[in-house]
Amino acid sequence: MIDREQVLHIARLARLRLDDQEVERMAAELSGILEHVEAIGELDLEGVEPTTHVVALENVLRADVPAPSLDRERALAGAPDSASGSFRVPSPQA
Amino acid sequence: MSAELVPTIGLEIHVQLLTRTKMFCGCELEFGAEPNVHTCPVCLGHPGTLPVPNEQAIESAIRIAVALGCEVAPRSGFHRKNYFYPDLPKGYQISQFDVPLATAGRLGGVRIHRVHLEEDAAKLSHVGETGRIHGSGASLVDFNRGGTPLVEIVTEPDIDDPAAAREWLALLRTTLRQLGVSDVNMEEGSLRCDANVSIRPAASPELGVKTELKNMNSFRYLERGVEAEIARQREIVESGGAVEQETLHFDPAGGTLTPLRSKEYAHDYRYFPEPDLAPVAPSAAAVDAARASLPELPEQRRDRYEADLGLKPEVARRLAFDASLAAFFEEAVTAGSASAPAALANWITGDLVALARERGLEPAATAATPAAVAALVGLLAAGEVNRGGAREVLEVLVRDGGEPAAIVDRLDLGAGDPDELAAIVKRAIEEDADAAAKVRAGEGKAIGALVGAVMRETRGKADGGEVTRLIREQLDL
Repeated sequence: MIDREQVLHIARLARLRLDDQEVERMAAELSGILEHVEAIGELDLEGVEPTTHVVALENVLRADVPAPSLDRERALAGAPDSASGSFRVPSPQA
Repeated sequence: MSAELVPTIGLEIHVQLLTRTKMFCGCELEFGAEPNVHTCPVCLGHPGTLPVPNEQAIESAIRIAVALGCEVAPRSGFHRKNYFYPDLPKGYQISQFDVPLATAGRLGGVRIHRVHLEEDAAKLSHVGETGRIHGSGASLVDFNRGGTPLVEIVTEPDIDDPAAAREWLALLRTTLRQLGVSDVNMEEGSLRCDANVSIRPAASPELGVKTELKNMNSFRYLERGVEAEIARQREIVESGGAVEQETLHFDPAGGTLTPLRSKEYAHDYRYFPEPDLAPVAPSAAAVDAARASLPELPEQRRDRYEADLGLKPEVARRLAFDASLAAFFEEAVTAGSASAPAALANWITGDLVALARERGLEPAATAATPAAVAALVGLLAAGEVNRGGAREVLEVLVRDGGEPAAIVDRLDLGAGDPDELAAIVKRAIEEDADAAAKVRAGEGKAIGALVGAVMRETRGKADGGEVTRLIREQLDL
């Protein structure tokens, strides 16, 4: 069971502001998801490798060869604010 | 009386790899470029983009791992380390977690816990106060650095004092430089070091609560930061308090430590496997090939200097662990076929390093060439100049360069012709029969008067040992 405190902690880590109703709802939904996943625990998975990919690939690499970068104006175009060729943000620790 | 408290130090080192492009995209790496000229949708974290690892970065990381004597995992993967910070556009850093690239190595008596690959964050400049993170209003983000391949090296807590931490980091830097995988420049940030520090009563088998120190961006700051933190922890423990686990930021200006992140949320990174990247699975053959292609590393070089060249352990270590000094020494050994490597090593690590330091230089950056230093040590060994004279010649070499034999002549420092010296010794014995008789009678100290007379006669240029030898010879002792 996910409790209120855990929901608030996760919400804070994810920078989400939840009102009381949403906290209640999330606690119930997250608990439901965990219960669903826990069903796997009923299976005997001794010796079964965890699957993180649906296709069995490995060493998908690229050569160390430069590719063109974005024009700076384009790179900055999507930024809410910019200055001196840089993205400008509120200071993280102000 | 309180029990003795001993410090325990572990280091976490980040090394920027010297590849042409970033870890997961083809943007070029260039230190000191105009801000944000090397970015693309991948390293800016645009939705829907996919990372592809840089083959060269993985090769370099494997090279580091085998040089540190690690076991390379046959199969490792990438994870997402989740946290929000403006230098991290995706909201997570791609790193390695439960199965790192390599584990269980050793360098210079310190065990290596793990070696893993990750991507660097962007560079944040804080507008307003310079240098310090706290209290500034706005920040500028430059994503040129974002996505640079990084190797993180984590040691076991095997270091027990700040000076040893500094020395070990210097050994690691030389090792990495020898591998040619990084610029390893602390000022430019291509080598960065954090330290985990704790203290405990000497008798306690369990380590104390550790703190993590950041921002020690020079060898001196590492030593000073760790010293300051040990002192801070001692004070807490000795006054009956408990050290809290936290991350501290070292301010070199004041030598002070301030808490960096809210500890409540620190280290809650919710790692999970990176679904966009396939595992890294180097073949055993590739790992063997990396091991076979390693150059001579500092520790091997130290062993060779001791075993083959007969250097004292401390001198061998000082030369071998300093890439530039070792290169100077080896060139001098090659040039000076006549002089003994041990004497050369002593002159290089002793007088030459000291004279160069007076000018704020490394020996290689002075006017003294390895060949000239070798020639000088050769003159000394042949008795053509004494130790004091040789030191004077070395001063000239460091300042102006030149040819030692010519400098000896110009400054009239030559010990002179051996026959001439024998004649001077003979005269000194004749002129002080009293002292000669005492020496003959076994009064060792009396020889000083004779040596002194000879040195006066030669204006200090004769070799003291040689003079003593000649006196004893002529007195049939």
